[in-house]
Amino acid sequence: MKKNDKSSLAAAAAAGPKRHRAPRWLRMLWRSKTGLIGFVIVTVVLVFAVFAPWIAPYDPNAINPVDMLKPPAFMEGGDMRYLLGTDNLGHDIFSRIVYGARISMLIGVCSVVVAGFIGTLFGLLAGYYGGILDAIIMRITDAFHAIPRTLLALVAVSVVSGGSVTTLIVVIGITGWITYARLIRSEVLSLKEREFVKAAITIGTPDRTIILRHILPNVFSSFIVVSTLAVATSILAESSLSFLGLGINPPNISWGGMLSTGRNYLATNWWVATMPGIALTLTVLGIMFLGNWLRDLLDPYNQGLQ
Amino acid sequence: MARYLVKRVLQMIPVLLIITLVVFLLVNVAGDPTVNMLPLDATEADRQALREALGLNRPLYVQYLDFLGDAVTGNFGESYRYNQPAVELALQRIPASVQLAGTALLLAIVLAIPLGILSAMFANSPLDLAVSGISVLGRAMPNFWVGILLILLFAVELNVLPVSGSGTPAHLVLPAVTLAIQAASQIIPLIRSNMLAIMHEDYIRTARSKGLREAGVVCIHAFKNALVPVVTVVALEIPSLIGGSLITETVFAWPGLGQFLIQAINNQDMSVVQVCILLIAVITLVANLLADIVYCLIDPRIRYS
Repeated sequence: MKKNDKSSLAAAAAAGPKRHRAPRWLRMLWRSKTGLIGFVIVTVVLVFAVFAPWIAPYDPNAINPVDMLKPPAFMEGGDMRYLLGTDNLGHDIFSRIVYGARISMLIGVCSVVVAGFIGTLFGLLAGYYGGILDAIIMRITDAFHAIPRTLLALVAVSVVSGGSVTTLIVVIGITGWITYARLIRSEVLSLKEREFVKAAITIGTPDRTIILRHILPNVFSSFIVVSTLAVATSILAESSLSFLGLGINPPNISWGGMLSTGRNYLATNWWVATMPGIALTLTVLGIMFLGNWLRDLLDPYNQGLQ
Repeated sequence: MARYLVKRVLQMIPVLLIITLVVFLLVNVAGDPTVNMLPLDATEADRQALREALGLNRPLYVQYLDFLGDAVTGNFGESYRYNQPAVELALQRIPASVQLAGTALLLAIVLAIPLGILSAMFANSPLDLAVSGISVLGRAMPNFWVGILLILLFAVELNVLPVSGSGTPAHLVLPAVTLAIQAASQIIPLIRSNMLAIMHEDYIRTARSKGLREAGVVCIHAFKNALVPVVTVVALEIPSLIGGSLITETVFAWPGLGQFLIQAINNQDMSVVQVCILLIAVITLVANLLADIVYCLIDPRIRYS
């Protein structure tokens, strides 16, 4: 093995300056078609979200009675000024989709931070300390599992009577923590049986140090993978709440709310519902693809892959 | 088996207690139950009088124990909107929901099993790619959006099925398909990966080497064993199926528990909301229990103690 290393070093030295190679993650991204698609979609949506005021051609809430329900530009009767058409109030649908990306991404990412924090905390406590604490936390996750997440979120949003962005982040976050708690708990349970953790316990390392230094870094990669997919689920949850009229309130724009408006115009103006629906599907698809690629990237069994 | 069952049922008790606590806290602490019971011009004194009359000024734990006692005896108070006992109203809606969710689950299983097996048998073929693609798409689309697309295609464009409502079997088709697509997209990849794993087992090689035809190998030897984890997945799908039916029933104006619940949430009719959540939770828990029992019956290797 050592000899081999030496010879390859010699070969590298002989070849002169090392040929520049792209980092591993970039090479893996290039190789995975779906990963690349996911990466591109998520980048576009993030750019939309961050730079919405510069990208959107119109004020998304500007009411324009003259140009009500215009078909998309590529259709017969379409207007070149409105790329994806207009809705019942003459809002430019493209501008609204661009601004909607902001709400989707904001709520998707922030609620996952909330869920990840609560879930990791409970998962660590349950897995590391076990016993009665574990039993209690696991029964709580069972209870949360028995109530559909959308339902819990709906009731929570309706009783605090408000569809503010903060409310939705907290509610979607709190209803999503059990995935993390169960994942982290099972990872901790298996880590606790590993030699390095047992050794740390034996030499009397404080619990806090073991958790922070030995356990948390080792659950990180599954945490990232689950979080990516959880962003997709949270975006779907937000859109469902907004579709039912219990989510984001105007003037904020949500794709779910746009779909709900479009439902009334299905027979005559299909694009009002279809355009935000496509935006939602593509975004969620992109995040799922990115998550699957991340899973392959962070999987130690794939580390040897060039 | 009997001991395991008793243990499982006993374990459901703390879970149910936690659920009642969550529901109670949501309604009585996060929100104010008197908000919609009083006219808009009610004074603070009126509000206090009503709170006193409803017992809302008592300590929280007393109120919770009271709520628990009522829940055990099935008394959740009246719906303030319909002036009828909330439990009766909710129970009336169950048959329609069961009809919809049952049809959807059946449809999902009938779709998912052959598609999952075929895509495992012909892994990486165009057929497999198409099936995987559709199931990924199914997971990426919220079910109200699937429902809208189905309405656009079958009710608006082709005009072969009704847009919404209930009454005839034709009304059942679109909502059931919407829910089935959602469930099948979750089940297909699982059957596929189970089948792929099983096809490499020794006993499959034995079956092949003794000259069985491929169809026989797949149907008799592999499928039976691939089915075991599917039971769990189907059971795990039940909460999301119920959650999905909340929205699907609203989209298609299907008169089930989901639509009723959404209306109650919009009207802040909290006694109805409480009953519905508890009903749904109990249905889910019982479904999971049944799945565990079936799991045990079809797989002789599993013996719970």
